[in-house]
Amino acid sequence: MPMKIDAKLGLDVFKLDKEPHIVIDTEVCKTVCKDEACLYVCPADLFERDDQGRMTVNWEGCLECGACLICCDHRALTWTYPSGPFGVQYRMS
Amino acid sequence: METVECIVVGGGLAGLSAAYGLASAGVEVMVLERGDYSGAKNVTGGRLYVKPIRGFYPELWDEAPFERPVARELVTMMGDGAHTTIEIAADRFTGERPQSYTVLRAKLDQWLAEKVAEKGAMVVPNMKVDELLRKDGRIIGIRAGGDEIGAQVVIVAEGVLRLLSSEAGLTAEPRAKHYALGYKEVIELPAGVIEDRWHLNPGEGAAQLFMGECTKGMLGGAFLYTNKESISLGLVVGMEALRMRRDGTESWQLLDAFKELPQIKPLVAGGTVAEYSAHSIPEGGISQVPKLAGDGYLVAGDTAGLSLNALVTVRGMDFAIASGYYAAEAVKKAKAAGDFSAAGLASYEASLRDSFVLKDLETARAIPGFMENPRLFTHYPKAVSRLLENVYTVNDQPQAGLFKKAWKGAKRDFMNVATFKDAWSMRKI
Repeated sequence: MPMKIDAKLGLDVFKLDKEPHIVIDTEVCKTVCKDEACLYVCPADLFERDDQGRMTVNWEGCLECGACLICCDHRALTWTYPSGPFGVQYRMS
Repeated sequence: METVECIVVGGGLAGLSAAYGLASAGVEVMVLERGDYSGAKNVTGGRLYVKPIRGFYPELWDEAPFERPVARELVTMMGDGAHTTIEIAADRFTGERPQSYTVLRAKLDQWLAEKVAEKGAMVVPNMKVDELLRKDGRIIGIRAGGDEIGAQVVIVAEGVLRLLSSEAGLTAEPRAKHYALGYKEVIELPAGVIEDRWHLNPGEGAAQLFMGECTKGMLGGAFLYTNKESISLGLVVGMEALRMRRDGTESWQLLDAFKELPQIKPLVAGGTVAEYSAHSIPEGGISQVPKLAGDGYLVAGDTAGLSLNALVTVRGMDFAIASGYYAAEAVKKAKAAGDFSAAGLASYEASLRDSFVLKDLETARAIPGFMENPRLFTHYPKAVSRLLENVYTVNDQPQAGLFKKAWKGAKRDFMNVATFKDAWSMRKI
């Protein structure tokens, strides 16, 4: 059995910021976006639609690759790196 | 506003290499790194080709904390249930001065940051730069949190996403077409197991690339690098291809599927996954290299798009270190002349054009376009494996002669207009 993606992320060191560093303009996802690239590209599987169909992101497990930002053609994401001491801290990579 | 002579945005290999050269020459330099330490936000496949950069800072490389010198190069073409591997082991890859080493970035970058600090540069961790400050079309410093720091010159080595440089109008925003997503697991295995599995002498390493089924035919491939006591196993997939997928496959699932293949499973058996990481990779080639210098700034490393996937050799870190070196040289000249304008810093681009960095990227100009051909990742890996599988097959039927079998496979899969066209397009790469 392959390791679950959550378990893989559990191996990484994260320092959690109080504020999300990715903010989604869910209106754009709802009205403009048909391709939902973020769902396919995110290597940490952080994007999902909630019960109401709104796009959400579990930014806490972000690997900071930026693939969602590069692949979103609709500019639905406000994306910065986590500030100061926060975010993923790779020990090997 | 507090000011220093030079600010380096980003303490990765490009930024650190620049800072090392500047600090060695007595230039006041401050490196701002957003991670807990240099390397905390970096990911490599990976392997560093050290031959191209040995001439820069020659005192450094003999003591660098590399993993293993790469003695064996393997490329695996993956078809349906059949893989073909070509392996080349050459004495000249290793010996006294190996051409390349596998590396892990947290260790390598931290070590280089210490060397930079020893030379007298300030290396500040946990410092995310929020903005490049512009005045009258000139970069005059940075803003980090509430603080503004001025500089005569800013070396922008912020990494692949160009968040600051595109905001300041120095580079274009990344587009999916010109980028790939790389992601990997670091899997711990004892050194002896690694050496047995890849047929290595003690301490030596292997690098293996895979193309075909591992990306479901999308532009890209898988990679495997042996470290001292772990392997880095991962995938690189073109973002445009990934973005346009309609079969529901998500990027992370490809890596799991790859690891489950019967041909791959024994390579990772008994290993313990220790880390999972991901990073974007510039793959646009020389056509996507931005203007490299302007009034008060230079752009280096991944931010400048300096990486080269030439199918069998994949480079970026050597370019990063080289660009840092030449950035430092240019800043030293600018300082001597008291001119940090675009004209005063123009020697940077000239040096890069004169060096392997832009020469190799220029030579490879056609590669990004060549790689858009899906047959490279679908038809050929399959066809090669199919042909060879057939040649090696013995069943309960009388067998055709070796030549006839091979000819039949070649005729079916290679003797056609599409293959001739592909072969013709290869002359440019």
